[in-house]
Amino acid sequence: MNHSALIDDPVTTQIRAVLAQHGRLGQPVESLADGADLYQAGMSSHASVNVMLALEGAFDIEFPDHMLTRSVFASMAAIRAAVLEIQAG
Amino acid sequence: MRLQAFAPVGQTLRAGIDTVLVSRLQESLDDFGDRFLQRLFTPAEQAAAGGAPERLAARFAAKEAALKAFGWHDTGIDWREIEVHTGAQGEPRLRLHGKAAACARAEAVHEIALSLSHDGDHACAIVVALAATPVFPSNSQPSPP
Repeated sequence: MNHSALIDDPVTTQIRAVLAQHGRLGQPVESLADGADLYQAGMSSHASVNVMLALEGAFDIEFPDHMLTRSVFASMAAIRAAVLEIQAG
Repeated sequence: MRLQAFAPVGQTLRAGIDTVLVSRLQESLDDFGDRFLQRLFTPAEQAAAGGAPERLAARFAAKEAALKAFGWHDTGIDWREIEVHTGAQGEPRLRLHGKAAACARAEAVHEIALSLSHDGDHACAIVVALAATPVFPSNSQPSPP
């Protein structure tokens, strides 16, 4: 899935806002493709915890233990898939 | 003098290290409050840290160092299952619970050493362990530093 296909998606827009505020990325989140590696873009493990907590607040969800993995937070596309999976119950 | 570390025959030596900025830990506390504390630290860890951000930062670094040492970043371990406590001699120790303990048993981890430090805005932790199984699955490799 390419970046332009998701740019107006409200979930992705919210994820981008959370990453911009808490991700401590080394480049503007707008410059990153949805599949770009966020850890390569500068997100630390500590920042990924902040991103997780901010996502939980933004979407009123809770990440279950099995989703507390590096790969779930590795890209905007991966985060979006996880958020949608949790919302779907 | 050149020093080399070797694990005993049939054992593997595992190590993980992590650094956390104390000021950023404080920012997390400011942003998320109790939710940050409750999600990452056990009640005993919270009591031992006494709200001091440098102690919380060192304990968070210990959890991340353990995840690195054991290659558990994609295992789905709750941070509270990797608990820092104080040993009989006052030394920091790791106590594993739940899935973390099960993984350690499965990998025949039998010795874990932990050291914590903080100076100014930096807190760090190193975990060294002995296990009787390979460090990483055959289809994965540790990330470069």
